[in-house]
Amino acid sequence: MLRLIMTRVFLGCVTLFAVTLLIFAATEILPGDVASAVLGQGATPETLAAFRIELGLDRPAYVRYLEWLTNALQGDLGIAMTNKREVLATITPRLYNTLFLAGYAAAIAVPIAIILGIIAAINEGKWIDRAANILTLGAISVPEFFIAYILILVFATNLGWFPSLSTVYGDMGFWQKIHVVALPALTLTMLVMAHMLRMTRASVLAIMSQPYIEMAFLKGLPRRRVILRHALPNAAAPIISVVALNLAYLIVGVVVIEVVFVYPGVGQYMVDGVSKRDLPVIQACALVFGGAFVLLNTIADILAILVNPRLRHPR
Amino acid sequence: MAIQNSLKNPPISAKIGMVILVVFIFFAIFAPLIAPYGEAESIGKTWASPSAEFLLGTDNIGRDMLSRIIFGARMTLGVATACTLLSFLIGITMGLLAAVAGKAIDQILSRFVDLMLSIPILVFALMILSMFGSSLFTLIITIGILDSFRVFRLARSIAINIVVTEFVEVARLRGEGLWWIMVREVLPNALPPMIAEFGLRFCFNFLFVAGLSFLGLGIQPPFADWGGMVRENGRAIAFGIPAPLWPAIAIGLTTISVNMIVDWILSINARPSGASAEM
Repeated sequence: MLRLIMTRVFLGCVTLFAVTLLIFAATEILPGDVASAVLGQGATPETLAAFRIELGLDRPAYVRYLEWLTNALQGDLGIAMTNKREVLATITPRLYNTLFLAGYAAAIAVPIAIILGIIAAINEGKWIDRAANILTLGAISVPEFFIAYILILVFATNLGWFPSLSTVYGDMGFWQKIHVVALPALTLTMLVMAHMLRMTRASVLAIMSQPYIEMAFLKGLPRRRVILRHALPNAAAPIISVVALNLAYLIVGVVVIEVVFVYPGVGQYMVDGVSKRDLPVIQACALVFGGAFVLLNTIADILAILVNPRLRHPR
Repeated sequence: MAIQNSLKNPPISAKIGMVILVVFIFFAIFAPLIAPYGEAESIGKTWASPSAEFLLGTDNIGRDMLSRIIFGARMTLGVATACTLLSFLIGITMGLLAAVAGKAIDQILSRFVDLMLSIPILVFALMILSMFGSSLFTLIITIGILDSFRVFRLARSIAINIVVTEFVEVARLRGEGLWWIMVREVLPNALPPMIAEFGLRFCFNFLFVAGLSFLGLGIQPPFADWGGMVRENGRAIAFGIPAPLWPAIAIGLTTISVNMIVDWILSINARPSGASAEM
């Protein structure tokens, strides 16, 4: 089992390395280089050449990649082009904010989604299952900003319970923060919960159709006991990987929601960076998102191995 | 017999979906004839409330909301359809190639796709659009290519089961070329299960384009598009004005309609393994 886990960790590291390569390739090697992207159409060949030298673009790509990678590993993410501030100093508090929002949403979404998913699955076809199906399908089908605006209209404009913009400061108290960030967290919760609930339901249903569950019913065991003792322990593995998978989705879902609520997180930083074509900012944010994505996917794999006895001894 | 019956009599949800979709497509095609006002015509106050004159009110610079939604159907539906078509063209070609052309090519293509899917698609798209700018052309190419990796996985997993059947074996023994086997033997059998997937990928791309436009990085003004309209009118919500909700409702209605039609198609032919409805 240890070997299997080590393989996963190693694979995760390889993927992480590939992600850095990909980020670098997408931003610097593709045709239409940074200099012309930043200066735009009106640039003369001379200014373009001067700017290229200033950015170090006259050197070969692999040299720049290695330099960028070693700097990033040492915590030097470069200096933002637009405001000449260090990217790391800007991104650290923002990363904390994003993790706070994501953690907030996850703390609400995970328990509710799992419990409701299981309830929907064991009541397959009954009204509660249908209601869950329609609601989650609705939540998945509408864009995230629609949910966000509905929540703002109801809870901020009409009821006045929460602020419509989630501005947070460094010295804000914890409970005050919880209050201010409530609406974006709720939006995110609904999105992730919908996915998580559907996938939990599907994986519990897959187990409920196994022969040994049918056998348990045929033995005459009460329904309660079949579900609690036979089905749920085996459903743990798929549910855990469903959760980890959806947390990876949460990391990305945060981008649009941060923009709606003007929340100072990494997602908004990246969108700002993209509209201003601020390359070091884009690279750093992509690194953060890509890294988190790989990390959560690797954790999902490892947890799936740990929980599932059959995966512990590969043939 | 049962299949033919359900083809003729779609369930009520699928009928509703088709009606809504047909209305939006009608909007998209005949926008200048239907819309009461022009696409960029500023004719009222800022955020006027709905009235007989302006059925859905006006937007942030006094343009008629309903007309903008009717014109917006063009861009929003058009771009998402173009992306999905491109993604299926690339994804199916590569997927069939991977299944038919042998282990080495399959490994190269599959590992490449694994690599490309290791970065969240939104982050990837943001990086590329920041480099190339959000012209309509780059937008469609970028999303089409990024989405094709997922189509590739499905197409490959379907085609792999077809490649081992007798009639493909016969074609190989007959000495047919790679292209013939892909197009004449495998493709016709791989397409039916892909139809439902087309609807789902369309929904995904549609929401994705709307999201990018909402971030200001997708379809650019002066074209009306639903995601961008939500962005332009976003601030109205703080005053209790529902202006940004109309285009958002249009987006939601479209995806729900397509989903309801897809559900019906899925209930006719069973979903292949390896397909995923979400993400």
